[in-house]
Amino acid sequence: MSASTTTHEAQDGHGPTAGHVTPAHLIGSMGVDSRKLGVWAFIGSEALFFAALITIYLIMAPVNMARADHQDPKEFLGIAFTSLLAAILLASSLTMVLALAANKRGDKRQFRIWHLATVALGFSFLGGQVYEFNKLLHEGVTLSSSLFGSSFFVLTGFHGTHVAIGAIWLLSTYFKVTKYPDSPENAMDIELAGLYWHFVDLVWVAIFTLIYLI
Amino acid sequence: MAVVDRPLGGVTVPTPPATKDYAGWESWLTTVDHKKIGIMYIVGAFVFFLIGGIEALLMRVQLGAPNNTFLTPDVYNQMMTMHGTTMVFLVVMPFNVGVGNFIVPLMIGARDMAFPRLNALSIWLFLFGGLMLYFSFMAGGAPAVGWFAYAPLTMKQYSPTFGVDYWIIGLLLTGVASISGSLNFIVTILNMRAPGMTMNRMPLFVWMTLITSFILVFAFPSLTAGQIALLFDRHFDTRFFNPAQGGDAVLWMHLFWFFGHPEVYILILPTMGIVSEVLPTFSRKPIFGYAFVAYSGVAIGFLGFLVWAHHMFGVGLGPLANAFFSGASMLIAIPTGVKIFNWIATMYLGSISLKTPMYYAIGFVAMFIIGGISGITLASPPIDLQQTDSYYVVAHFHYVLFGGAVFGIFAGLHYWFPKITGRMYNERLGKLQFWLTFISFNLTFFPMHITGTNGMPRRIYTYEAGMGWDLYNLISTVGSFLMAFGVLVLIWNAITSLRSGEIAPNDPWDGSSLEWATTSPPPAHNFDSIPIVYSRRPLWDTKYPELDAAHEIGTKAISRRERIEQEKAKMGAMPEEAHIHMPTPTYNPLIAAFGILVAGFGAIYISVPFAFIAGLVGLVILGVGIFGWVRDSRRDSPYLVAQH
Repeated sequence: MSASTTTHEAQDGHGPTAGHVTPAHLIGSMGVDSRKLGVWAFIGSEALFFAALITIYLIMAPVNMARADHQDPKEFLGIAFTSLLAAILLASSLTMVLALAANKRGDKRQFRIWHLATVALGFSFLGGQVYEFNKLLHEGVTLSSSLFGSSFFVLTGFHGTHVAIGAIWLLSTYFKVTKYPDSPENAMDIELAGLYWHFVDLVWVAIFTLIYLI
Repeated sequence: MAVVDRPLGGVTVPTPPATKDYAGWESWLTTVDHKKIGIMYIVGAFVFFLIGGIEALLMRVQLGAPNNTFLTPDVYNQMMTMHGTTMVFLVVMPFNVGVGNFIVPLMIGARDMAFPRLNALSIWLFLFGGLMLYFSFMAGGAPAVGWFAYAPLTMKQYSPTFGVDYWIIGLLLTGVASISGSLNFIVTILNMRAPGMTMNRMPLFVWMTLITSFILVFAFPSLTAGQIALLFDRHFDTRFFNPAQGGDAVLWMHLFWFFGHPEVYILILPTMGIVSEVLPTFSRKPIFGYAFVAYSGVAIGFLGFLVWAHHMFGVGLGPLANAFFSGASMLIAIPTGVKIFNWIATMYLGSISLKTPMYYAIGFVAMFIIGGISGITLASPPIDLQQTDSYYVVAHFHYVLFGGAVFGIFAGLHYWFPKITGRMYNERLGKLQFWLTFISFNLTFFPMHITGTNGMPRRIYTYEAGMGWDLYNLISTVGSFLMAFGVLVLIWNAITSLRSGEIAPNDPWDGSSLEWATTSPPPAHNFDSIPIVYSRRPLWDTKYPELDAAHEIGTKAISRRERIEQEKAKMGAMPEEAHIHMPTPTYNPLIAAFGILVAGFGAIYISVPFAFIAGLVGLVILGVGIFGWVRDSRRDSPYLVAQH
């Protein structure tokens, strides 16, 4: 190792078992990896994006109900099925944590299992959403059928797009990590994809509570 | 106070040759160098500035005389929309980003931005977004809905061409560019500062760029969400903003202005930062009240999110909402006033050197005061109800955004011209251009206060004779052409100075911040050795070590040299750099941006059969770009480089 590197356990939160060495200039003035700081700031921006879409839905909801041509979300949205979707996505957050932990321990087999499980759960959620959208379309809820249809599909559709991007991100991280199993970048690559994945899950918790439950 | 430890000619750290090197125009297409990207932003913004200016001149010709038929109403509306959109999104924002790109890493003693490839993606997306917006002229007509695109005018039945769709997607592209650029600034400024450059030692331009980046990252998503809903309204008959089907046109206003008002501070704060650099340098004095200038910027950024509905007093939101937004708007006058008094106090008793940047900085302060005061009048709902949508508003925001932002940008462009180009500009031409711009600016926009108060509505394409507006409009038109002449002088100055200007020294203005410690123009790696910073004005301390350092009243005076020794002892040993590694030039950000452009065309025509093919092709190109990007990032990975 060159003189430009320092071992540091505490700064990046990887813990003593990570055992890898981060170059001094990467720790940065804030003591954080630059990419991690960037992803956090990006998540802040994304949170405002979903806040705007959720606000549009909540403003539209009472206007929808007051109209003659309204469609009542309670009639169309099945709580049981979407609870299953919520459980799938929450489980994927758990498997993500397990994958990250396994990688930190250096347990490659466990990492593969949990990381791929996360991807699989993500795609199952998307499959469920396709099924739900299809069902609603057959029941006459479309983008243009009511204020509910407009605001519901745009909000959940954009969330679904984010889930899809997250799943692709996770999958490409998996391929990169398996191709270069000893790369010192792996821990951060997995952590960043995981950060985004947890955020997407958290948005679903908000959507599920505000749109399906209440 | 303090010093650059090894300012110039220090120990040179070996630079390994880049694995791939491009020459000529290819070196620009593949660049990941923050300085080249900054220059491309500035040149791109300048070209759009000329285009937006020509649109303004066409409008001024039309309005120069009553009942004029120079432009048809529809063309006038397109000019008015494109002028506003261009000047906000394609001129002032990229000018600020361009200057920031070039100067911020130098000021904080960094070798580049935190994410050089993301930086390249930003410049390409900005250029593609702007070109896409202008492509609408050839695709059935530009948007004709005003820069804030109120519903239901933007609905398909009232705006049947694809102009509004080009507006949506073009701005979405520049929006992605702006957000990724801001993330880059945030990480760079927070994480890449040279040793000893604490937050409270950062130059004020860096402070303002940081605040602006945070505002942008949190304000833009609201516009994006609104634009996406609007795109769906136009293509899939969703009902968001269409009142005929229960939609809510006022909701669009809220979404737009929740972005739109912070946007004003996105435009003005970086130029306030420029002025905060120029005034102390040419007054030969440190800035008065550094912390107040920095933290009043934070206050402006925060309050900026609480005032958006003052653009909507005319809607009738009710007395409670009006009172809240009126009060919050007036509160902003406090941090803004703090800055203005600090600038004036900086000049007070300074030994002022009247160079062109100083002219523009003083012009900024004077014009911004006028624009600020007319802004306070508009923050009062009863006055606003009288003046809203009149030329008084047009006068107000041109005093803030031209007399303010553009004057500040001109100050910055002259101030850093020697650093960016390695040549001095012509001082006589610079001052000539200042006086031309200053006089013509007031000639153009001051009469609009009067026409507005006399009832002339904004955005009308013509007016009847004898309303009392004729003379004032003629004066405005004459002024606008004089201003265009000033821009020609600027171009002439830039071209002749680039060809045969005096060779610029490293530090022509006796500056205090780190960009003057390196050569003009700086080498690709910026600094031969990373500077170590012990105070807010590292260069002044190096150059004048025997002068007193700043100290509390009543404590013993201490020289800067002694202060540095104290600071050095506090900081302890600094890590040594083994060697400099610069990121490799690459086409991949350009390929990724091109993919987004192609997919964007698919989105514009999303409801047209087979448009989805463009979307898919675009996504494939984007995928190719990202794949190559990941390989680039692996090749340049600091983790892996450190291992060798």
